[in-house]
Amino acid sequence: MSGGMHVLDFEKPIAEIEGKIEELRRLTDTGDVNVADEVGRLQVKVDRLLRSTYAKLTPWQKTQVARHPDRPHALDYINALIEDFTPLAGDRCFGEDQAIVGGLGRFRGSSVVILGNEQGNDTQSRLARNFGMAKPEGYRKAKRLMEMANHFGIPVITLVDTKGAYPGVDAEARGQAEAIARSIEAALNLRVPMVTAIIGEGGSGGAIALAAGNTVLMLEHAIYSVISPEGCASILWRSSDAAKDAATALKLTAQDLLALKVIDQIVPEPLGGAHRNREQTIRTLSMALDAALGELTPNEGGVLRAKRREKFLDMGRVGLE
Amino acid sequence: MNWLTNYVRPKLQALVRPKEIPDNLWSKCPACGHMVFHRDLERDLHVCQHCGHHLRLSVTKRLGMLFDDGKYQRIELPKTLDDPLKFRDQKRYVDRLKDARVKTGEHDAIVVAHGRIGSNNVVVAAFNFEFQGGSMGVAVGEGVVAAAELAVLQDAPLIVIPASGGARMQEGILSLMQMARTTVAVDKVKEKRLPYIVLLTDPTTGGVSASFAMLGDIAIAEPGAVIGFAGARVIENTIREKLPEGFQKAEYLLEKGMIDMVVHRKDLRQTLARLVSLLRHRGPAGDLVPMAVDVPDIYVDDDE
Repeated sequence: MSGGMHVLDFEKPIAEIEGKIEELRRLTDTGDVNVADEVGRLQVKVDRLLRSTYAKLTPWQKTQVARHPDRPHALDYINALIEDFTPLAGDRCFGEDQAIVGGLGRFRGSSVVILGNEQGNDTQSRLARNFGMAKPEGYRKAKRLMEMANHFGIPVITLVDTKGAYPGVDAEARGQAEAIARSIEAALNLRVPMVTAIIGEGGSGGAIALAAGNTVLMLEHAIYSVISPEGCASILWRSSDAAKDAATALKLTAQDLLALKVIDQIVPEPLGGAHRNREQTIRTLSMALDAALGELTPNEGGVLRAKRREKFLDMGRVGLE
Repeated sequence: MNWLTNYVRPKLQALVRPKEIPDNLWSKCPACGHMVFHRDLERDLHVCQHCGHHLRLSVTKRLGMLFDDGKYQRIELPKTLDDPLKFRDQKRYVDRLKDARVKTGEHDAIVVAHGRIGSNNVVVAAFNFEFQGGSMGVAVGEGVVAAAELAVLQDAPLIVIPASGGARMQEGILSLMQMARTTVAVDKVKEKRLPYIVLLTDPTTGGVSASFAMLGDIAIAEPGAVIGFAGARVIENTIREKLPEGFQKAEYLLEKGMIDMVVHRKDLRQTLARLVSLLRHRGPAGDLVPMAVDVPDIYVDDDE
């Protein structure tokens, strides 16, 4: 099952046993009956090890899981969940930014506007999508599509998965800061339901640009932070080796963020993380999105907007301690 | 005793004194390196007389030079939780906060005040760069929210003056959330059709620039102020090439269409007064005298 899958350091003991299982399975073809028992025994061991490992992942390990190359990305969710997906391009100012995908489609029968950070899954697509790091065009497209959704009374779904906004000369020249600010502002002004899911890495301003939803869901092993652990470590510890410590200090796990009331709900991942069972992950998130939208939809537009604004206006002010 | 008091002490004082006096009375311009006499610096509103560089200002000086007659009323900000994450790097965040409070005599990196500029009643929220680099955590967010609420309550324009490196890392995700929070706050002012003016000062970067600071009805910047999202070093490391001349400076942003104007410090008060009165359909404020800042006596001027 894990043939060719990228193995994280702390998953190595598990991968070793799985390697043995695969070897034994090849032997089974030769007709040895005892092998089946051994495979079953080893599989139990794998499950137990997965369960114990994933039950107590450190924040740094979660960071690695959140960045796992085989983890489903925005387009995987869109392709699986959105019928009639019709991508829409461009910011009408400068260009099209493939680091943010967006468009119209139908989710469980109803029209939605869906937006997501897409980092690509091979060298070519990663380059085309700038590794999921958007430039101002991306945020301006997001703003445009959110406002279009608002105009037509269509709910918005955003899937957040980015290291952050692109730090580059061209991005700065075209107003990266302003583009992010306007995207946040647009989201906060919507009179339609907006549900956000942090599906991988929610990195800094580039993430909040798409994350000011009425309901913010977060996958169990996703991370969401004001700065990457590496960036934080190099500034506050003056060494990127301290990334592990920074990951812990930043409180970037879904469990921490729920306690801080920054997210509304944790969406469970399959045993061993989303990368081990992409289909199940996508199905689970689909149900969570559906439930969240179902709760919001009956509300009147003004109420949706007011509640969203109130929620963000209270961030850090209430509920802590 | 005689030998000590009459001979040794004066000698020691002679050794120490020449060093101390220039330290207090002369400042080195960080841009051109010229020494500027402190009286001249005060007179010129901390603008270098040699190269025109606008030096960073303390928040009290900033407020003093903007309000009519240097008079304003500070408002007390609601208390927030000091260290919501129990953050610790090489030092505990609570200790960093304590140090910053001792150093600046302020509670956090923002001061909110109201008063008159060109006879217009205004609310000003000014960042204090000396406090943790003006970084935005929950307390700073609270300051922006309080300023916005006060502006709405007083039916007054809101002027925000960022001087900030961005989000405060030690408050983690809650700092990031302040971007959305402050955006809602300033939008509430704009909804009331009250002018929201941003005066971008050196530096305005990161999460502060990517939220309320870039949402002004009018964006003014001080000459030479660094304004941008990503830090220059981060960009250099990403693209691995030298950055263009003047990159992320106020004049660069003006050229790129990101701000309305770059205004010399001595003209700020008049400019703000004019903008506010125009936006509020009011007549000219009458004779505005150029800004003047009290020049303190040489020997009491120790920290500012």
